[in-house]
Amino acid sequence: MSEEIKVRTTTLNFGPQHPSSHGVLRMVLELDGELVKRVEPHVGQLHRGTEKLIEHKTYTQNIPFFDRLDYVSPINYEHAWVLAAEKLLQLEIPERAKYIRVLFLELSRISRHLFGLGAQAMDAGAMTPMIWAFESREQIMEFFEATTGARMHTNYFRVGGVAIDLPEGLTAKIQEWTYQFEKDFKDAMDLVVDNRIFKQRSVNIGKVDKNQALDFGFTGPNLRAAGVAWDLRKAQPYEIYDKLDFDVIVGTHGDAYDRFLVRIGEVYESIKLIRQCILHMPAGLVKTDNYKFTTPPRAAMKESMESLIHHFKFFSEGFYVPEGEVYVPVETPTGEFGVYLVSKGKNKPYRAKLRSNGFAHLQAIKQIGVGYQLADLSSILGSLDVVFGEIDR
Amino acid sequence: MPSFYIPSEEKVKQLEEMQAALQSKLGDSIVEAAIINNEAEITIQKESVLKVFKELKDNSKFLFKQLIDIAAVDYPERDQRFEVVYLLLSLANNLRLKVKINISEDFIVDSLTDIYTNSDWLEREVYDMFGIYFGGHKDLRRILTDFGFEGAPLRKDFPLSGFVEVEFNEEYQRVMYKPVRLTQDYRDFSSNNPWIDEVKTDTFNFLNKKAKAE
Repeated sequence: MSEEIKVRTTTLNFGPQHPSSHGVLRMVLELDGELVKRVEPHVGQLHRGTEKLIEHKTYTQNIPFFDRLDYVSPINYEHAWVLAAEKLLQLEIPERAKYIRVLFLELSRISRHLFGLGAQAMDAGAMTPMIWAFESREQIMEFFEATTGARMHTNYFRVGGVAIDLPEGLTAKIQEWTYQFEKDFKDAMDLVVDNRIFKQRSVNIGKVDKNQALDFGFTGPNLRAAGVAWDLRKAQPYEIYDKLDFDVIVGTHGDAYDRFLVRIGEVYESIKLIRQCILHMPAGLVKTDNYKFTTPPRAAMKESMESLIHHFKFFSEGFYVPEGEVYVPVETPTGEFGVYLVSKGKNKPYRAKLRSNGFAHLQAIKQIGVGYQLADLSSILGSLDVVFGEIDR
Repeated sequence: MPSFYIPSEEKVKQLEEMQAALQSKLGDSIVEAAIINNEAEITIQKESVLKVFKELKDNSKFLFKQLIDIAAVDYPERDQRFEVVYLLLSLANNLRLKVKINISEDFIVDSLTDIYTNSDWLEREVYDMFGIYFGGHKDLRRILTDFGFEGAPLRKDFPLSGFVEVEFNEEYQRVMYKPVRLTQDYRDFSSNNPWIDEVKTDTFNFLNKKAKAE
């Protein structure tokens, strides 16, 4: 006769105010001792209704909303929006603007990865890399501040180019900084990459294989760590990425450790891209001279009636975007972010759906978080690298 | 169009080939197929969702292994009010595809949870934002909005300010909901421009005002 086995599981609330919940995630866990039996993430605590707000603002007014999606790498998110509008407007931007955009996208990518890597190391118990990474992140934010006046929510990209040209001498400064940064970054990461404790906390933890990763809708470093060489910058190049030389970093095991290593590799690729951008950056305009979509220069407004009208029209009603719909994806540091934009020929979008990559990454924790210890869960969460501004929208 | 969005001849050929393959494989469920702004899209019959997506995912010609997103758009003036748009990505062929269905408010869409795991939350979000039901979904709850939230916020007849707001009630010593009261009327500047042809009636402005008046 078989004996009756009594199983007693504990239900535990993880978050929403937990230091390793990366913001405002609440997870309801079912635990058998230390073993996780069931994970149920609850999101939406940071929901601000961005998609609804977008329908009530003009295209230029909408750019700051995108800064507040993934507030750790705001520029990459602005980019998707301006690209979507440009695609509908059939607007070509000047060459210099493309280089400036890519330069800033890659700087932002580094700063995002510095945060992600630092946080993952901290979730596994290593404090120092986070603090050292933040030192470098601070330096990147100084470049943003020098150009746009804002450290994080830069609001820098515009439909038709970028808001303002780089200050004199900034590219040289960034160039010089890359060499120093390479050393600093290596120092910070060397603390954990071969560290025994860190490896025990992340190798073979949160494994996702190729097919699972595709099925979960993984994109970006999380997909590449599972061994799929897929990078939108290579596969469906935009801006000037097809002219630049960089590699796609691919992992093999798809565990938390591989995701960590892929991000480290991407930082080095970004440095390469930044140097190439600075080397090849042409002179010229930073936004299109079609003043239906951008502001005319201040000086022209003093003399030309038409410029004054353009300026007034731009700031009062914005510009009208032809009827149609597009889906424009970009490769953000965390994965594919896309804007599905529906325009009805007005100066405000009819509907914009924001494809959030963290949304797909986080929901996979229901499957990949099960069977590990409670302490591993924060390591997995750290390795998925989610930000709630973008998940909750 | 930005030059990088203009596809090469190969790509155009690939897109056209895919459209032809779609027609031959799924011809009887496709209502309309087009390539607009260099993006392929098909409109399918709303009843044949499961069949179409199984084919799109597993047929070696398509291999749309990733469901990128599900978007819904509300067109209150249409008979079939909602348009649900599935965004698919095929890594093997480096192609994207939009699959659309047009449904009315009371139609129950077949859930894709058995085909794409990540459609779980995506469908929950569409349900939350538009009140569109997905049949066969095992856990169709609200996902992003507040506990006990009522209404479908992304429908065009839902006002931007919503219907309720929270405040701390001194008397009861707890946070309570009350009907929203704006200290200043919501200002929605009309975007009608007499110099631009074919300015359509601003449907959602109109509905906003109507919702407020009620």
